[in-house]
Amino acid sequence: MTQAAATIRQLAGRAQEIARSSGEDAPALLAGIAREVRLNVLTTIGEAGMGHVGGDLSVTDILTTLFFDVLKLDPARPDWADRDRFILSKGHCAVALYSVLALRGFIEPELLPTFGKPLSVLNGHPNRRKVPGVEANTGPLGHGLPIAVGCAIAARLSGRDWRTFVVLGDGELQEGSNWEAAMAAGHRGLGSLTAIVDRNRFQQGAGTEATNRLEPLADKWRAFGWDVHEVDGHDHAALLEVLRPAPGERPRFVIAHTFKGKGVSFMQDLVDWHHKVPSADQLQQALAEVGR
Amino acid sequence: MSAPVIAEGMFDCRKAFAEELIALARQDQRIVAVANDSVGSSNLGAFQKEFPDRLINVGIAEQNMVGVAAGLANGGFVPFVCCASPFLTGRALEQIKADCAYNGYHVVLCGMSPGMAYGELGPTHHSIEDLAWMRAINDLTVMVPADPAQTRGAIRWALHAKGPVFLRIGRFGVPAVTPEDASFEAGRIYELRPGRDVTLIATGTMVSRALEAAGQLAAEGIDARVLNASTIKPLDTAMVLKAAQETRGIVTAEEAVVEGGLGAAVAEFTAQHHPVRMRILGVTGFAPTGDTAFLLDHFGLNAAGLAKAARQILSH
Repeated sequence: MTQAAATIRQLAGRAQEIARSSGEDAPALLAGIAREVRLNVLTTIGEAGMGHVGGDLSVTDILTTLFFDVLKLDPARPDWADRDRFILSKGHCAVALYSVLALRGFIEPELLPTFGKPLSVLNGHPNRRKVPGVEANTGPLGHGLPIAVGCAIAARLSGRDWRTFVVLGDGELQEGSNWEAAMAAGHRGLGSLTAIVDRNRFQQGAGTEATNRLEPLADKWRAFGWDVHEVDGHDHAALLEVLRPAPGERPRFVIAHTFKGKGVSFMQDLVDWHHKVPSADQLQQALAEVGR
Repeated sequence: MSAPVIAEGMFDCRKAFAEELIALARQDQRIVAVANDSVGSSNLGAFQKEFPDRLINVGIAEQNMVGVAAGLANGGFVPFVCCASPFLTGRALEQIKADCAYNGYHVVLCGMSPGMAYGELGPTHHSIEDLAWMRAINDLTVMVPADPAQTRGAIRWALHAKGPVFLRIGRFGVPAVTPEDASFEAGRIYELRPGRDVTLIATGTMVSRALEAAGQLAAEGIDARVLNASTIKPLDTAMVLKAAQETRGIVTAEEAVVEGGLGAAVAEFTAQHHPVRMRILGVTGFAPTGDTAFLLDHFGLNAAGLAKAARQILSH
């Protein structure tokens, strides 16, 4: 077992506790887990020589908050019928998801170093048929929200009380299928549905606003009938405040303002680190900065 | 757009589809219909009346329609997605691959009014590439029932399938070629007429035309076998191999482009296992203006065209 994996294993017990607790110390505990997730993201991508490090680091705090507090899940029963549904629509940020799933007890931490290696179950984009805890195979952009809408309709039709959460990339919102789904969810008043956009303001090649403007983003979703919130996507307390409350009448759209490459000085807020792989020296520096 | 040409003794398979879906939905609460403003054209009016909550009309948004169906399957339902075939298979192709097939979700994709059923509306509305597109997707069962009885059988099979299914449900009038009580299994090609000289393998609208062609050939002393390929994928290779071994050649006929459909499937198999003379009849190029019956004749997709192709095979 690598040292990183051992750390995760050690933390996993605590993580389960946190998942069950809703105490006042939750934000601090979530911050500690998020640090472990970031260390794993960096190590895994460094080892694999591939991955989407910038987006993985921007979405880390959102995923940590969801998996360790908000979502109703049972790692021992990944197919539990009443589980909350979570879909990572920005499937290219699979490493952050795998790291969270390892910490939360869905997959063995020892799997992480196999990411991207031949015949590993950890593909560059997640596969539900191979990885417990993955709800939908994603990768091509604009697919997660329509599937999430279907999940939310299924809950309503069957009279079950599970909730559905989907994390979208901001550049991904340029795909028209999102707007088809936004219209449908607004029209149907799918209150059990929450969409969170990882608003790091960059897509692969440039800023979203320079490429194909998204703003005014909040107004657009409000106009589609959603209950819109804006939060600091790295502030666990703020995320908890908006993600914990019970469903309302309308679907919830959370604009989580984040930084691409969050936590690493030479990556943060730079488009270059969409899927660039750090050198050995850069990796050491990044691990040191995140571990502080 | 005029109503479909349904002469006496001819059937619109959408009617059998709607009746069977309603009958099954009464017994199985998992069944939901998902539509794209296609309640009328998919003949779902009666379903909507009886099960208003279970008819999910997402509006004119096909990518969302298929994604929603995948989500419904995730939540334990069996969605029957009903949509004009060109827009279901074309606009939502990636959703069919990624959301349904790759996820392994049990979604029944019903491509309504395929082929050139929307004759005069032109090539934008002709679903002639669908068989090639659907055949290329892993794990997707591709079925083309030839008449009302087969349509009912295909729906019943699809309800209990393990993964995603594509059903091509015709609008153009067809005669009954199978008895109402005939069994239906996916993955089978059915022999409708024995024959030793040449084999005609047809699918969907072309099946009755193949039977007609065999009648014409019989008058000339040619003994043509007629097979009904109601499943294109997986291909019934045993039936194809038998035809290749026992007759002097194979003619295939489909209301679809010749690239990638039934004929291509048969050719891919025989080329590797028992090379045989073949003629692949189908649509070549975008269609000119005309109604469905005219267009089928235009592309030689009729009894005369099939008989001619059979004679060409036997003349060598």
